[in-house]
Amino acid sequence: MDIKKLTVSSSPHLHSGDTVRQAMLLVLVALAPAALFAVYHFGWYVLAILLTGTISAVLAETALLRLMKKPLTIVLDGSAALTGLLLALNVPAGAPLWMVAIGAFMAIAIGKHVFGGLGYNPFNPALVGRAILVSSWPAHMTAWVGPGLISSATPLAMQRAGEAVPPYLDLFLGLKAGSLGEVSVFLLLLGGIFLICKKVIDWKIPGAYLATVALMTWVLPARGQVGFFAGDPLMHVLSGGLVLGAFFMATDWVTSPVTKLGRIVMGLGAGIITAVIRLYGGLPEGVTFAILIMNGLTPLIDRYTMGRRFGAR
Amino acid sequence: MRSLRVFSRGLVDENPVFRLLLGMCPALAVSTAAVNGLGMGLAAAAVLVASNILISLLRSVIPDKIRIPCYIVVIATFVTMVDLLMAAFVPDLHAVLGIFIPLIVVNCIVLQRAEAFASKNTVFMSALDGLGMGLGFTAALMILASVREIIGSGTFFGISVLPLAFEPMKLMVSPPGAFISLGLIIGLINYLKNRREAERGV
Repeated sequence: MDIKKLTVSSSPHLHSGDTVRQAMLLVLVALAPAALFAVYHFGWYVLAILLTGTISAVLAETALLRLMKKPLTIVLDGSAALTGLLLALNVPAGAPLWMVAIGAFMAIAIGKHVFGGLGYNPFNPALVGRAILVSSWPAHMTAWVGPGLISSATPLAMQRAGEAVPPYLDLFLGLKAGSLGEVSVFLLLLGGIFLICKKVIDWKIPGAYLATVALMTWVLPARGQVGFFAGDPLMHVLSGGLVLGAFFMATDWVTSPVTKLGRIVMGLGAGIITAVIRLYGGLPEGVTFAILIMNGLTPLIDRYTMGRRFGAR
Repeated sequence: MRSLRVFSRGLVDENPVFRLLLGMCPALAVSTAAVNGLGMGLAAAAVLVASNILISLLRSVIPDKIRIPCYIVVIATFVTMVDLLMAAFVPDLHAVLGIFIPLIVVNCIVLQRAEAFASKNTVFMSALDGLGMGLGFTAALMILASVREIIGSGTFFGISVLPLAFEPMKLMVSPPGAFISLGLIIGLINYLKNRREAERGV
């Protein structure tokens, strides 16, 4: 036997054939309906925000790859474009373009490249970008507007203030104020189910996340209220960034656990933190920080939920 | 020649904040504005020079086994003097720096220079070493604080330096901004250092 014909290598030996680029493109496709709805709902200015976010992220990625002397072709994997789009979907419809551009740059630079690029970042880059924008320019990041860029409170803020919240159907279809990408729960769910069917994401994280938030907001009384089992779980699930975060950001492959049980824990933990912030915290919404905190715990979750090797103690 | 090296070492090659990563607590906490950085740096530098001189003078008297408590007593004395002087002459700055002035007592830089240098070297060299390290600490704090103040508040020493259209990036004057800017500055310094060494063929 000719020994030279043997290829000696370490595992894994089989490749599924999926590439990073395909996965990123599928997520972009799944996000497209919700993004287009935002343009229809809020107006043409939103298109400028989406383009600014995406293009700035791609430019930042190219510049940083060049600075780090890495192959420029990495930018073609689409991860930077996806990060930029996700960030742009996470700002209010009246956000100034310069702020979106800085956010996209920070997401790529501080969220990803300081850690060594795609696959090494401990936190979801788009959410890092959003957290930086929220703490840098809180006034711009909470200037919520409805259609036609007329200022309007988000359903969660209305609920806090004791005002009447729009009907469930409006919340579901997206006829409300909020971040660009979070308004149309219907289209986000369609995109999310599409990704689950395509096996790009696992149902366990969004499933556990949504179920936990629904359960907690139903059972627990919010601050200043009395009586258990009196919450409005449907309103909480249909409002804010929960569906966008649960399907498109908590499921980020790099920053979420790889084990089955770990994914349930991730969803559960993010759900608990989100519900606690919404019910008792200083902010009306907690999805960003819930997912970022669980990102930080991901290595620990993986460590304690990893299956045992056969024969190992 | 050697004295020059002892002095300059603390400024660049062994800069306490950027190279040795000592004194992180005050460096991160008070560097929200350039004036705070300058005040904190000079206070620590004064303590460093004075404690280095006295510990060097006493180096043959202090028993080896209890040297650390002795150093702390010397350092605490000078910190108390600086604290009271600042409270008397620059009360505003003293109020801003608050607890971080008394905390110079446990500042690793001061203790480390006493242990690593002043206890083994002559008075003159120890004074130079303390001055170099103190000025290096001050310079590092000034750089960090200037970056944070200019980007985070749009001012420098309280004077507006950027056009009105610039909206200050509040993150930079908040605690996460301290970690982000310190990390980026150290990264930049390491990059420049590696490039310089590569050019020299080290």
